[in-house]
Amino acid sequence: MDKIPILRMGAFLLVTIQVDLYDRLALNLEADLVQMVNKTNAKGVLIDISAVSIVDSFMGRIIGNIASMSKILDAETVVVGMQPAVAITLIELGLPLKGVHTALDMEKGMNLLKSMINETEEDADEDQTENDFIAE
Amino acid sequence: MKPKRTQTKTRLKMTLSLSKDTIQVLKEQDVVFLKNRVKETAVKIKMGLVNQTRLLTAASELVRNMMRYADGGVCIIEVVSSGRNNGIRLTFSDRGPGIPDIAAAMRDGFSTGKSLGLGLPGTKRLVNEFDIKSKVGEGTVITILKWANG
Repeated sequence: MDKIPILRMGAFLLVTIQVDLYDRLALNLEADLVQMVNKTNAKGVLIDISAVSIVDSFMGRIIGNIASMSKILDAETVVVGMQPAVAITLIELGLPLKGVHTALDMEKGMNLLKSMINETEEDADEDQTENDFIAE
Repeated sequence: MKPKRTQTKTRLKMTLSLSKDTIQVLKEQDVVFLKNRVKETAVKIKMGLVNQTRLLTAASELVRNMMRYADGGVCIIEVVSSGRNNGIRLTFSDRGPGIPDIAAAMRDGFSTGKSLGLGLPGTKRLVNEFDIKSKVGEGTVITILKWANG
């Protein structure tokens, strides 16, 4: 069975999807990733989909699920590197990926994650948890 | 001269089938094979990248439905031509349970499974032509067509 590697880098988990996802692979990734967030106490998940040429409603749902599951385990998810054609198709399909943070490339995604995590910590200090969502 | 010209015009508007390829889809590996074959065909007729992505995503939705609700079926890949425009027509037919209420199934957010209910209406938005025929107890046939340009 194929597996998508999950790399740990400090408080973050990095996932680079290099193959076109099929259903079982995506479901495995979802389960593995959520386990890893729990095991490593990760604060952020970065998913690189620059090599993925098709995201259909099932894959979109998995990406959304990963983001919401990580969220309730106190980790933020950023999806980076989406191909323009995939973005066009997702919107036409009717799947705006609400609740999933995105960035153009790995570097910007990393910065976004860092800023989100800093903000959450500051908010926790000031007891203003409502501001969590106002990340850039 | 005049009647001859009208004749050519009507002939140009007709959609001709240039090649036909039938693929059985029963296992998950067949899905990968089917997607690759559709992709190859799209590249062969010089379909633009965005349209390729739309067509492949549509195919992916329909083949998933076929696997989930009907345990597989058959897909026919056709290269069609109408005038100067080439396109790909995909026909998915299965012998599954059929869809009792097609109008409901075509609505956004409707699903009898546990999905988002975007498959059919979303697919329709991604292609140029969409046709669905279904009979309860006999099966479902869905035909989609995507032009290389447009």
